[in-house]
Amino acid sequence: MVDTAVSVPMQQPSRWAIGFRRGGARLWVGGAIVAALILVALLAPWIAPHDPIEQDLLSGQLPPAWMQGGDTAYLLGTDSLGRDVLSRLIYAARVAVVVGFVAALLAGAIGITLGLIAGSFGGWIDQATSRLIDVWMAFPPILLSIVLAAVIGAGLTSVILAIVVVDWTRFARIIRAETAVQLQRDYAMAARVIGLNRGQTLRLEILPNLVPLVVTLLAVEMGVAILVEVILSFVGISVAGDTPTWGGMIAEGRQIIYQSPWVMAFAIGCVIVSVVGFNLLGDGLRTALDPVQRR
Amino acid sequence: MTAVLSIQDLHVTIGRGARAANVLRGVSLEVQPGEVRGLVGESGAGKSMLGRAVLGLLPADARIGKGGIAFAGRDFLTLPERERRDLLGRQIALIPQDPMTSLNPVKRVGDQIARVLQRHLALSRRQALQRATELLAEVAIRDPQRVLDLYPYEISGGMRQRVLIAMAFGCDPSLIIADEPTTALDVTVQRQVLQLIERLRERRGAAILFVTHDLGVVAKICRTMTVMHAGRVLEDGETADVLTRPRHPYTRALLAATPRADRPADALRPVPPALIESLWSEAHRLDRLSIVGGT
Amino acid sequence: MSDILLRTGSLTFAYPERASGLFRRPVLREVVKRVDLAVPKGSVLGLVGESGSGKTTLGRLLVRLLRPTSGGIQFDGVEIGGLSEAELRPLRSRIQMIFQDPQSSLNPRLRLGVTLTRPLQVFGRLKGRRDRRDRAASLLDLVGLPTHFVDRYPHELSGGQRQRAGIARALALEPDFIVADEIVSGLDVSTQAHILLLIKELRQRLGVTMVFISHDLSVIRVLCDDVAILQHGEIVEAGPVARIFEHPQHAYTRNLLSSIPLPDVEPGWLDPARDVSIPRNQGSAA
Repeated sequence: MVDTAVSVPMQQPSRWAIGFRRGGARLWVGGAIVAALILVALLAPWIAPHDPIEQDLLSGQLPPAWMQGGDTAYLLGTDSLGRDVLSRLIYAARVAVVVGFVAALLAGAIGITLGLIAGSFGGWIDQATSRLIDVWMAFPPILLSIVLAAVIGAGLTSVILAIVVVDWTRFARIIRAETAVQLQRDYAMAARVIGLNRGQTLRLEILPNLVPLVVTLLAVEMGVAILVEVILSFVGISVAGDTPTWGGMIAEGRQIIYQSPWVMAFAIGCVIVSVVGFNLLGDGLRTALDPVQRR
Repeated sequence: MTAVLSIQDLHVTIGRGARAANVLRGVSLEVQPGEVRGLVGESGAGKSMLGRAVLGLLPADARIGKGGIAFAGRDFLTLPERERRDLLGRQIALIPQDPMTSLNPVKRVGDQIARVLQRHLALSRRQALQRATELLAEVAIRDPQRVLDLYPYEISGGMRQRVLIAMAFGCDPSLIIADEPTTALDVTVQRQVLQLIERLRERRGAAILFVTHDLGVVAKICRTMTVMHAGRVLEDGETADVLTRPRHPYTRALLAATPRADRPADALRPVPPALIESLWSEAHRLDRLSIVGGT
Repeated sequence: MSDILLRTGSLTFAYPERASGLFRRPVLREVVKRVDLAVPKGSVLGLVGESGSGKTTLGRLLVRLLRPTSGGIQFDGVEIGGLSEAELRPLRSRIQMIFQDPQSSLNPRLRLGVTLTRPLQVFGRLKGRRDRRDRAASLLDLVGLPTHFVDRYPHELSGGQRQRAGIARALALEPDFIVADEIVSGLDVSTQAHILLLIKELRQRLGVTMVFISHDLSVIRVLCDDVAILQHGEIVEAGPVARIFEHPQHAYTRNLLSSIPLPDVEPGWLDPARDVSIPRNQGSAA
């Protein structure tokens, strides 16, 4: 049989170039969305046309500028207190970005660490960790969040903690399983034969094989975090006061949904676009970073 | 005497456009009633593809170009779907390679055999189960009643393969495609299974197209043989002739590269890469010719 | 004798069949039973067995991936059966293994250059990045792979090429002893022949001692000086290859040998009534 792999040196573009081409539309679109989100969040004070908490009761519930009765000063209309929807959406992006990144990375850090330990040590350490995860996951998440809010008060910290406290278990479970699986593969045994100790095996051999999984989990988690904030807003324990959040806007917008549906609609639109953006980015990044997938 | 299977100048391509690969390049062969013909080749030679083409199991993106398949004189490829399906299983059966993945893991052995018999022989369930018991006894399974009630994972690999053989012979087909049926088996079990296939074939008169890469197996059970490489037939004839007086250099090279337990170590000679290269050039030249000649 | 590199005495490996309850003594299942081996320096011992014979477990015991339940393993005079991982570490540079499935035994997400030189890295024998590339290139060269494969990933290679890479990794530390576990099973005849000849050549050049595990007696004949036949975890027969193949004593050995389908037409081979105890005609016919 002929060796099907090409045996002459291929003048290859660098692996990064291949990876990013392979990552394809998902990587670019997802990346663009997330980048835009971050930019908007960073530059909010400069790009928002109005102060997000400034009320103008005379201009309450104005429709978007292109509809009848709209005003070009308020491009996406106003809410019931006369606050500019566009500006609020832009400022709310800050909360979304912070919640998304901080909560996901924290939950990931805790969950991945515990998962690695459980998966690689096995035995009673694994048993203990798994039981802990089981018990933890038995608590209803919303209840847990409400208790947290009651203890430390509503606010950004509360939202982030609520997410981290619940979602670390997801990371831990999956990473634990994957670590255990990878340690059974022949290459892990080969690593022992050539003298690597447990720590070295994990760091040098197993970790590269966990990267695609971790990237996916983190990206999904960022989207989840944003959605959790929306849910917590409904329950009234999200960020307090006037600070605009998409969840808060959805909750408020629900009250005036018949008269002014655009308030809720635009906020939901932002949430959807962000979550889709994170998922696409995660997908594209995973393909771009994984040598096995990018052929 | 009409051949049970007659393949004429069959061309099969997989994939489209630039990625199209010619997997069968004008293959012709015949199997007479009651004959056991070996189809030999290394991986990528196209022997499995040929078997799949006969069974109508080509992948979705496969295209049959020139050529035809005739079964007992009837053109197979132009048969309406319904008739083709009736033919398969009843007149043409398959002994697959991997017993574990070919049996449904969540259904009992008896149910799986009975289902085939009910479908093709129009038996009642009770009759089918009765026949299944007889079949299992015929393939030398002790205590067939008990085995009928077991799940595939509860019986050994050798036994699973016997069950598949029972299913293949169960409807008294005129042609059986055996796709590497003993490759995954221990050598002592392989011998028993080959003996079994021969015994059943003698008793029921089926013809067998025996696909394998093992020249030894071909020597023992196949009266005639066909050697394939790169989707082409390179040599065929009576097994005794081909193995003692091979005409094609590839056949000779394969024989010289086969280790033998009865010969000293230095008798082994690898297949010269130059030979393989020239065979591939020849294949590609034929591809170009057929494009020029119009397909 | 001082020229026996590896010796085992009554080597046994058993594991508990069911998770033992609090009050029940675990039922032990013996996979390797009281195996005695002696492998002279520079020779190749073939270990033959069918599935369930325990040959893979025995192979793992010899490289101390597993700890024996009882019995001893002496490597170059040193008892290694009971050593801890830390104590074994320095010896690991002298005992290596080639695995059956190179698809899973080469880290799929590391380039070949990294994988091949990892053993050197572990033992501190690398002198920097340039040295790593050079060593990787020379290892690839040793097994007949093009040197630009250092940057390739395993999935970009064919099955035969991957197996060569696995061999190259095992040779990186220049070990005295290598266990090869079914390294040509599942390869095409032509690829298999290349690998077998590569092993022969390397063995001659480097003088490495080997244990070659296979279910295929024909392959054993090509490569090995001595052979041991395993059945249900026990050695039923052992000795020089020529003697075992031409005058097998044990019924199981005879059965194995006569069950091999040689590429000769043999009417009556399929006849179940045929006497399996008569060994075949030998001779190096052209």
